[in-house]
Amino acid sequence: MDISPPLTEEVLEKLKAGDQITITGVIYTARDAAHKRLFEALEKGEKLPIDIRGQILYYVGPTPPKPGQAIGSAGPTTSVRMDVYTPRLLAAGLKGTIGKGARRPPVREAMVKYKAVYLGAIGGAGALLSKHVKRAEVVAYEELGTEAIRRLEVEKFPVIVVNDIYGKDVYEEGKKKYRQETPLKA
Amino acid sequence: MRDIKAPDIAETVTRLCKEANYYLPKDVLDALRQAREKEEAPAAKQVLDTVMKNAEIASKEQMPLCQDTGTTVIFLEIGQNVHIVGDLHKALEEGVRQGYTQGLLRASMVRQPLSKRVNTKDNTPPVVHTEIVPGDKLKIVVLPKGGGCENMSRMAILMPAEGRKGVIDFVVKAVEDAGGNPCPPVILGVGIGGTSEHVMYLAKKAILRKVGEPNPDPEVAELERELLERVNATGIGPQAWGGRATALAVHVETYPTHITALPVAVNFQCHSARQREAVL
Repeated sequence: MDISPPLTEEVLEKLKAGDQITITGVIYTARDAAHKRLFEALEKGEKLPIDIRGQILYYVGPTPPKPGQAIGSAGPTTSVRMDVYTPRLLAAGLKGTIGKGARRPPVREAMVKYKAVYLGAIGGAGALLSKHVKRAEVVAYEELGTEAIRRLEVEKFPVIVVNDIYGKDVYEEGKKKYRQETPLKA
Repeated sequence: MRDIKAPDIAETVTRLCKEANYYLPKDVLDALRQAREKEEAPAAKQVLDTVMKNAEIASKEQMPLCQDTGTTVIFLEIGQNVHIVGDLHKALEEGVRQGYTQGLLRASMVRQPLSKRVNTKDNTPPVVHTEIVPGDKLKIVVLPKGGGCENMSRMAILMPAEGRKGVIDFVVKAVEDAGGNPCPPVILGVGIGGTSEHVMYLAKKAILRKVGEPNPDPEVAELERELLERVNATGIGPQAWGGRATALAVHVETYPTHITALPVAVNFQCHSARQREAVL
């Protein structure tokens, strides 16, 4: 299945934890520093520099591109650092996030409440993932360098549905399935 | 005495920074291939294939394997008969500056950890460890250490009565708690013994060993085997999507310790286990 933001409720209902899907279209990058600013803007009631309603935020800080490249290496960073800001963004209409690693309970609860998904990209596959980014352009907070918000045009960008709108989590399910009991040796 | 000029050190560090970030070491690739053969979970197999394909693209295009090109950790073994002509630490810093700028590697260091978290823009300064050894050579190892795995590090001073079981429980819990954050399959560096700061240094040094090469002490090697088995029984798997390969290897380094203590430390290395060395 290939999805394109803005994500509608109809599409979100179809996504199930464990599904391997692709994204084609526009997504936005944002990580620690940009999240702090987006959060603070929302708290102050200010207008955000991008319209996040229905959109997907990708937690990435790319390496500089070579001449002729859209973007440098561009894999996901650890998502948990964004967790303090995420529920506020979901309440404001954000529908998807891309990163790696488990989310904390408040984020998982917020995803069920506001009907949003968390998608996992393969960490450490930044060179390969960069091939799915066709264009990149800084659209906000340029002074943050690698942490600026970029508008990415992606094609068949591969992700797994980690958390769906029904509260399921691929990390929990996967671990349960492959866990083995090994008694301690004397 | 043998003279080694600081600019030669800088130039070598520049080259090592670039090469470390573009080329995954052969022993890591071999370990990934073996993990792929043994893996049972379909999604996990796909992760391992993707990771190997990523390494192929990075080396072919001389592109960073991962966007997190790390804190530049530099290990030096300085022969006691070496005379360094010039300022060693300035040379290392210049080497990193040039390597990260020329090599289009990401600058990830901030000037100060608290209120002035301003990017230094060239990934300086490196974190440097030096050891004085016999001989007249200088060995330089560059380890670009990503945040995802480094941030999962853990240290504790156990009580001697907790013994081997206490160490195993501590390491397995660290892996369980880390989940997908350190980018499994990981290489686990474990330090046991010494003092609080030395045990973490041992854990860090342990990840420099060739993947899967056992500790020469049979008892420690047996502990490595059991830790690997236990870690890979957690079911976490590659990227924590569920599967067998949570770790490619567990490397344990030990040191004598105080009668009151059993220090233990865990340092995670992600599957993008980059390092490069040179001897001058």
